[in-house]
Amino acid sequence: MSDNNSNKKYASKSGKERTARTLIYIFLTALSIIWLLPFIYLICQAFRGESRSMVTYVFPKKWSLENFRILFKETQFLHWYLNTLIIALFNAVLQTVIVLSVAYALSRMRFKGRKLIMNLMLVLGMFPGFLSMIATYFILKLIGLTSENAVPGLILVYAASSGMGYYIAKGFFDTIPKSLDEAARIDGASRSRVFFRIIMPMAKPIIIYTIMMAFIAPWGDFMYASLITFGHEKAYNVAVGLYRWLDKEHINNYFTVFCAGGLFVSVPVTALFMSLQRYYVEGVTGGAVKG
Amino acid sequence: MKRLAELEYLGLPPARQKLYNFQLFFADLPKKLAGGCKKIPAALGKFFGGIGRGFAGIGSIFKEGDFKTRLSFFIMGFGQFFRRQIGRGIIFLLMEVLFVLFMAFFGVHYLADMRNLGTVAVEKTLNDYGLEITVYKDNSLKILLYGVLTIFIVIGFIWTWIINVRQNAVAQKLIEEGIRPKAFKDDLKSIADEQYYKALLAVPLLGIVLFTVIPIFFMILIAFTNYDYSHLPPENLFSWVGLENFHTMLSTDVSGSGKFAYTFREILIWTLIWALVATFSNYFLGMFVAICINKKGIRFKKGFRTILVMTIAVPQFVSLLLVSKMFADEGIVNSLLMNLGWITEKIPFMTGPTMAKIMVLVINLWVGIPYLMLITTGVLMNIPADLYESARIDGASGMKQFTKITLPYMLFVTGPYLLTSFTANINNFNVIYLLTAGAPKTMEYEGGAGKTDLLITWLYTLTITNNDYKMAAVIGILVFLVVAVISLFVYNLSPAMKNEEDFQ
Repeated sequence: MSDNNSNKKYASKSGKERTARTLIYIFLTALSIIWLLPFIYLICQAFRGESRSMVTYVFPKKWSLENFRILFKETQFLHWYLNTLIIALFNAVLQTVIVLSVAYALSRMRFKGRKLIMNLMLVLGMFPGFLSMIATYFILKLIGLTSENAVPGLILVYAASSGMGYYIAKGFFDTIPKSLDEAARIDGASRSRVFFRIIMPMAKPIIIYTIMMAFIAPWGDFMYASLITFGHEKAYNVAVGLYRWLDKEHINNYFTVFCAGGLFVSVPVTALFMSLQRYYVEGVTGGAVKG
Repeated sequence: MKRLAELEYLGLPPARQKLYNFQLFFADLPKKLAGGCKKIPAALGKFFGGIGRGFAGIGSIFKEGDFKTRLSFFIMGFGQFFRRQIGRGIIFLLMEVLFVLFMAFFGVHYLADMRNLGTVAVEKTLNDYGLEITVYKDNSLKILLYGVLTIFIVIGFIWTWIINVRQNAVAQKLIEEGIRPKAFKDDLKSIADEQYYKALLAVPLLGIVLFTVIPIFFMILIAFTNYDYSHLPPENLFSWVGLENFHTMLSTDVSGSGKFAYTFREILIWTLIWALVATFSNYFLGMFVAICINKKGIRFKKGFRTILVMTIAVPQFVSLLLVSKMFADEGIVNSLLMNLGWITEKIPFMTGPTMAKIMVLVINLWVGIPYLMLITTGVLMNIPADLYESARIDGASGMKQFTKITLPYMLFVTGPYLLTSFTANINNFNVIYLLTAGAPKTMEYEGGAGKTDLLITWLYTLTITNNDYKMAAVIGILVFLVVAVISLFVYNLSPAMKNEEDFQ
């Protein structure tokens, strides 16, 4: 009798589990479809052969590479792409060096003014970035690094303010035991030697994370780039260049070309991101949990 | 809640102890908030007290110093020369000479001009051939910019001077004790070792001062001028107006000038609503998705996760611009719904004021859920399994386990993140600008603002399209105040920030 009862209970529980699981599968599948739809739409539009404006159906009647031909032959896209690539490469190097230096100094060393520097950066970070950008624009203009020279200008701006983004790297350094440094220092190693020979080899995940973020960020920057490159088409980055194609004047001739350009930018960036996803996850979760 | 004595606490099983700690954290929240507010005056007092003590210290150095030290107050590096610290002496003397030259030829001039930011903008004269030409004279923008740079150079010089004086005092004392003071080559050696932080921080901090501190200082000053489209240098001058812009922005006068204030209030309210809803909807739905994916027995975990993470990887200007066009009046969503015969009139997804606000919040879920999914997945895996074990034994249902264990733990661990993401959302330029650019625009608002504009996107519009720099600067300062007040609470609440050394 009691045996029968518990069997029944077990059966009903696993039944409930099964419905729950089915519901979750349905939910997650629906979610995945919603998340993928824009990308499917993007691909379909990029390869559409007929009509370059927005149309009322999703799948093209004629697949072709025409949009990519227009993109490279008839527009400045290649310029914008190279600009962004150059900025991204420089930024990956400069920003990584700066972020790791600041993070190491603030994490491992104790000196007068350390707290003051950290609090100051905290307060500065509370101002909207675009506010300082307006004045930065005037400063860059004085030294001639706007409009046609916007590429070095943007590199300078991104690198110069990158020291304030040290939090995640510092959080990582904080988790490396200090006894390692102390042991090496007793053996006569200087601070700089400790930094290069002991901490850096252990910091591979955070180095990869920093390089990756520094490389990817310029591809998506619209706000700063639109200000610094203002009115000089050759100096645009991809975001500023492609943005214009969706305004009222251009959209009927450029919608599919925008999609082609968007796809061309997204594929390498996405591939890079996906292949280094592990480091990204470590970085964001570490940063979020430590605050 | 009931507080336990230490013995009682130690008597609990470990799982219960953890639970007790969570509860304690939340029970203490109000007290911590109050404590945080009380700390502000104390911190200010400490700061100014420190400066005062610094000056007093320099006074006593002068009193107790020998003639070498005293002379160094006026001729920097003098004492160093006579104490065989030649390298240091040369550097200090050079700095003083450069500073004096700079001030004499430029600095004093710039500072004097700062008072009224120029008197004559352009002068029409005739050239040799009798043609009228325009000569640009004073440029308020350059005057202000150079003036600010001069102020920072003066601050930098005072700082160097203090270092010079202190160095003298140290060297004097060491010599009196019969020890040879450090020389320039010891400095070089120490910069790779004990003072390595100087080498590491010099360039980054210089960058921050030049491209963040000075620009912010400059823009704060702009808020007190009338720099806008009708006062654009070099054709026109702008000048100081005191608090007038703040008055315009915050006035309660309904007629005439009150329109700017009205716009500001409406946009501020929408910005706060947006930040609140966007943060919490993303947080809870992201957590829900993470729990679903991580549930025991669910397969294709990696597949689901990868699909969601795609939205993080694709640059936002591609994905968000495309999505905004999909929901446009002529966009694919309206077209498909009409083709299917489900609707007869286009739905104003992005053009109806209320509809557009709802849409940006919904589309923001598409952007935000993957981030939260990643973050919460990591945290969920760290919840000690024995907590659930003991809860099950006590007969807690799944729902109860969620509200009593999962949720408190998540809030405890990601609390700081939740609040920082709230402040990040206040400044979330990309999502709003790429989706709607603030549209639908309305005549009710001043300064080209629209119904979905946040303060940060309005700031952008005011600058780029309206050239209304003075109001943009005021908005920037007010955004700072809002974020600062909220952040003060964040950093007071975050246990990770307070016990920095605990992690090492």
